[in-house]
Amino acid sequence: MELTRARLAAGDIKAARLRPRLLMLAVACVLGAGLAGIMVGPVGLPPGAVIRELIDHLPLVHLSSGLSRQDAAILWQLRVPRVALGGLVGAMLAIGGASYQGVFRNPLADPYLLGVAAGAGLGATLAIAYLPHQAAWPVSPLPLAAFVGAVLAVTATYVLGRSALRTRNTGTLILAGVAVASFFTAVQTYVQQLHANDLRQVYSWILGGLNTVGWREVALILPYVAVSGGALVLHRRLLDVMSLGDEEAESLGINPARVRLTVVAAATLGTAAAVAVSGLIGFVGIIVPHTVRLAFGSSYRRVLPLSVAFGAAFLILADLLARTIVSPAELPIGIITAFFGAPFFLIVLRGARRIP
Amino acid sequence: MAPILRRVLAALTPSRIAPGCSIRTAPKLGTGVSRAQRQPRALIPILLAVVLAVAACGRASSPRASSPEPSPTASPAFPVTVAAANGPVAIEQRPVRIVSLSPTATEMLFAIDAGSQVIAVDDNSNYPPQAPITKLSGFQPNVEAVAKYAPDLVVISNDIGNLTKSLQALSIPVLLEPAAASLDDTYAQIEQLGAATGHLADAAQLVASMKSQIQQLVASEPTFSHPLTYYHELDQTYYTATSATFIGQVYSLLRLENIADQAKGAASGYPQLSAEYIIKANPDVVFLADTNCCGQSMETVSKRPGWDEITAVRAGAVVALDDDIASRWGPRVVDYIRTIVQALTQLEPMLQSASP
Repeated sequence: MELTRARLAAGDIKAARLRPRLLMLAVACVLGAGLAGIMVGPVGLPPGAVIRELIDHLPLVHLSSGLSRQDAAILWQLRVPRVALGGLVGAMLAIGGASYQGVFRNPLADPYLLGVAAGAGLGATLAIAYLPHQAAWPVSPLPLAAFVGAVLAVTATYVLGRSALRTRNTGTLILAGVAVASFFTAVQTYVQQLHANDLRQVYSWILGGLNTVGWREVALILPYVAVSGGALVLHRRLLDVMSLGDEEAESLGINPARVRLTVVAAATLGTAAAVAVSGLIGFVGIIVPHTVRLAFGSSYRRVLPLSVAFGAAFLILADLLARTIVSPAELPIGIITAFFGAPFFLIVLRGARRIP
Repeated sequence: MAPILRRVLAALTPSRIAPGCSIRTAPKLGTGVSRAQRQPRALIPILLAVVLAVAACGRASSPRASSPEPSPTASPAFPVTVAAANGPVAIEQRPVRIVSLSPTATEMLFAIDAGSQVIAVDDNSNYPPQAPITKLSGFQPNVEAVAKYAPDLVVISNDIGNLTKSLQALSIPVLLEPAAASLDDTYAQIEQLGAATGHLADAAQLVASMKSQIQQLVASEPTFSHPLTYYHELDQTYYTATSATFIGQVYSLLRLENIADQAKGAASGYPQLSAEYIIKANPDVVFLADTNCCGQSMETVSKRPGWDEITAVRAGAVVALDDDIASRWGPRVVDYIRTIVQALTQLEPMLQSASP
């Protein structure tokens, strides 16, 4: 703590800023991952034709790509929305994780800390078990139920752990989150046992994946991710101050409880929306922010924007693997994020000189 | 994070397959089936003689009709030894307290007029409606719960948790009638159940009638200028069945070509495809075996991103099947074939013009 303060006091401000070169690198990473995601899939589309097709969709350019109607549908109805959604979900989970780690000053915090995952799981399970003929509904009730469940769970955690905010003991809030998550998971498992016939649907939702998504899902979560992500990025300086401790933050004229509430609310809404369409994807919210910290420093002015970019790139690539390794079948994306993410993270950790 | 890990692990184990669906995904047929076929084949000449005798007597009742009085003991005297998939099973006297833990076996038993001897069937045996459905599970069978019915014969399709051994320890004969790999297996199983219940003649009559009906249906199928390709959907995550499976052989009988045969993972018989793969394969007909479980229909399929480019969807050749009929290998396979032939006949003009 003393060191951090000293470093900040020494006016390490320039180093903490996000330099344009770094930002360009991050954007290039996202674009590269996105292009790879669009190029590769179970069906081999000729790369040249794909690029021509992409250029053709730029304004004022007309180019014949030579893709058949089926190929074009695969590209525009399946791959591109999938890459877009992977990017949105990855960005949201990563920045959500980074913000939680900031306000709780806990390196193990992830976006599911306060019960988002358990709540969304219960909501989705209830929808699958008790809402008949979902397929015939004009709008699928599943994401909505998951979203409501997630928000309810975090609200319950917040109400139960409210004292935490007064006593400045964030540990109480985290414990309340653990309790609420366990309770919601218990109910979810019970409902699931009662409706054994729906097990498979429940599992395929819980394991997460982007295999049946289209533009509709992108449109569904884009507003949430944009607003939440924007709000969190705007809090980057406050999070830096919060990292000194509540008392120091207060002495600088900041209300830590209010900042915490705003950040938790923003991160929860965004994460809930992401989880609602993609299911539960683990590890992204921990691995990405920590990797960014280890590589580029721990100031939130860098961590938050870079988490957005690298989270998006990471999940796009993870999804690319999820749909190609056992192609044409799919692996649940959570397996990929854990299997490749965890060792990669350990390598970064080993190579790091300092622990954030 | 721990619950997610556990779920990921759970996904990798076979238990992930949900009870309701594993009827169709489970069949990994061992050598048991071929063993099961042998003895009944030897019986065929005798059976034919019995059929002729019965026919001569002018017995016209449909095999499915529920006759309250047990059929007269025109069948061979007990004790009898039946060669089921679990080896030769000795049955001392005509069973009158049969428990069926297999929905297919239940349908077979009622179709050969042995329904009045059945006292309990498992929770998935929803056909015929007069079957004495109970809470017994064919997937998590509880030996005590089965023994409570004091059965004198138990019929199962999966020997889960060594059920056979446990029941044999209680001196209860068990017939294992696993998922059929071909129509011949179905006929053999019907004949085994006929022998085991004292309904040899009914069984032979049923088999003969099924064979002739199927022959007629195949003959009445319209001819197409080129072989039609099809995709048989087991669930919304694009699990399907290849030509090597029981279902696939039914389609082969109707000269339809399966798009899944070239997929990686086809060796399992039940590979998972991706939307990209299906759109690229561009099937002429889509068969939905997930109408009951998952509410899929022509409408929901045509709303899937990119699917409106598939010939089948454009031509309206999306055929809704009854999940139960399409996943069982019992007497209603005739209804199944009839549904397909009727659909193809109805769709013929569209399909002939939509094809390249």
